[in-house]
Amino acid sequence: MVDVRESTIIDAPSADVWRLLRDFNSHHRWHPAIAASHIEGEGAPDAVRAVRNFRLADGGQLREQLISISDRDTRLSYCLLEAPVPLHNYVAHMRLRPVTDRNACYLEWWSRFDPPAGEVTAMVELVRDGVYRAGFAALQDWFGGVPQQVKPVPLAQSEQETVHPKPRAGHARGIFVESHGGPQNMVSKTFDIPRPGAGEALITQNFAGVNFIDIHTRTGHFNLIRPPAILGMEAVGRIEMLGPDAQGIAVGSRVGYACAPPGAYCSHRVMPLESLVVLPDGLSDAQAAASLLRGVTTSFLTREVHRIGDGENVLIHAAAGGLGQLLVQVCVALGARVIATVGSAEGLVAATESGAHHVINYRRSDFVREVLDLTDGRGVDVVYDAVGAFTFEGSLRAAAIRGHVVSFGEASGEVGIWDIGSFSAKSLRVSRPNYAHYVDRFIEHASTFFTLIEKGAVRVPDPTEYRLEDAGKAHIDVENRAIIGAAVLRI
Amino acid sequence: MARVFVSTVLNASPAAVWRIVRDFNSLPDWTPFVAESRIEGSQPSDRVGCVRIFKLTDGGTVREQLLGLSDYDFTCTYSILESPMAVSDYVATLALAPVTDGNRCFASWEATFECRPEDETALVRQIGEGVFQAAFAHLKPMLAR
Repeated sequence: MVDVRESTIIDAPSADVWRLLRDFNSHHRWHPAIAASHIEGEGAPDAVRAVRNFRLADGGQLREQLISISDRDTRLSYCLLEAPVPLHNYVAHMRLRPVTDRNACYLEWWSRFDPPAGEVTAMVELVRDGVYRAGFAALQDWFGGVPQQVKPVPLAQSEQETVHPKPRAGHARGIFVESHGGPQNMVSKTFDIPRPGAGEALITQNFAGVNFIDIHTRTGHFNLIRPPAILGMEAVGRIEMLGPDAQGIAVGSRVGYACAPPGAYCSHRVMPLESLVVLPDGLSDAQAAASLLRGVTTSFLTREVHRIGDGENVLIHAAAGGLGQLLVQVCVALGARVIATVGSAEGLVAATESGAHHVINYRRSDFVREVLDLTDGRGVDVVYDAVGAFTFEGSLRAAAIRGHVVSFGEASGEVGIWDIGSFSAKSLRVSRPNYAHYVDRFIEHASTFFTLIEKGAVRVPDPTEYRLEDAGKAHIDVENRAIIGAAVLRI
Repeated sequence: MARVFVSTVLNASPAAVWRIVRDFNSLPDWTPFVAESRIEGSQPSDRVGCVRIFKLTDGGTVREQLLGLSDYDFTCTYSILESPMAVSDYVATLALAPVTDGNRCFASWEATFECRPEDETALVRQIGEGVFQAAFAHLKPMLAR
């Protein structure tokens, strides 16, 4: 039998920390080793005997059972039922006590278990470092209220030392993904300027938008490119040259596009005319590059996937993000009552400025409970959830009877596997829209979005600009949520 | 039953702090409000059951009995036998626990007691702030490294 006992000070009120910890189904929201979590069966996440089922970040599976919990002592105990490692007879405890002379609390996490003789050191290190210490660091980060630190991602040696070649006349430059992987795999290269074919236009591009889909495309999570290939789904610029039979639009027109296939992170691109939309005067090039894909997404999310009705209660996660800020404004413009969640103090400001009626910092409080309080226990008519693993389970709980949960992104990880039978408890509808399947009405949705801008109902915040060659840095910042709102590449 | 709970983070290991506070006769050394102290009957100060009698700087006298002392858990439990405060059944515990991610400890001091209902708020404040928190505040600079 070995003991592992770890403790730390968390700089947050013990009541706030306990609210997170007492939820036996919350570890995936903050612990880096846990990718997804659900409570087995119908049980509540704070009911003694509840069994939680973890999918680990490394792919393994873990089942743990709550064996005691006390709100009075702010303490809980659980045991391991199944694990991919030999932690026999593992029983663990967490206890929280306030530090009364400052706004902090003392957290202890300890356990006893029987590791096999040859693996004592390895198992103790796994529990102490991989579980408890890593968990403490994540909790401190969670309650720190400061934006997460940008993880230092070393750029490849060649990337650091190469002087980016100046484009020669007649050459275009672009950011190529050499092979699927991290941002260091993005390399600036020149290529011949393409010529437009029938029904196509050559665009000299000024700005390209950076979207989460680009990151998924870079890593290979989405199978959209065969490297080496250029990333990017949206860009704006001017028409440089028209191909044969290209009519209805003039050379020099200011246009934008937002669609597959990827290839927008470059100076010159040929696109079919039907994918182009002429930009309104009220929108700068940078704003357009930051908002076209998101604006079109916002439009089909609120008109096709779910038709927002006047007075509907809407919950929008990640409301401070580039898409979230637009979605809040559009839903408000359509007459909805918008409840927004954000993860930082800066986010609170951004979501409030977007017009959300209620803004919840999901790191500080239990958003499900707040949503239920705000809706007299009824829940919301529709949830827009692009966060994924962190929020999806809560989104299901926050939805009203016959509510609609629209999962359209997985920024924090996959939502996991769900038994659709359980949705009958509230006759829930769950949608998983894919941009590619709604883009057939691109022009219509872009026009709807532009109309809202012209009416003043939607304001596009200025995005954070990066040089095209700094696309890797833009990806790092977007992945680490180091910036508020959208990112664009200046070409 | 009234309850007081006070806690703080001290910049030293629990073993180091324990060296100062475990002696039941050491209050004059590390609190600002005890002028002098002795153990009755020439008993050792770590013998469970011993009684300390000490004079407060404001002139009052207190008698307290050691009920439990643990060098393993770093805890000290005692009761009040006589004091100027209108309390009865007063039992207090001072405890130290390590903060393992740094050379610090979590110090807690709690008490339960009976009193007249109208006195409870004032007594909780007096004991919590005037005694426990004041003693911790006085102890902190002694641990400054």
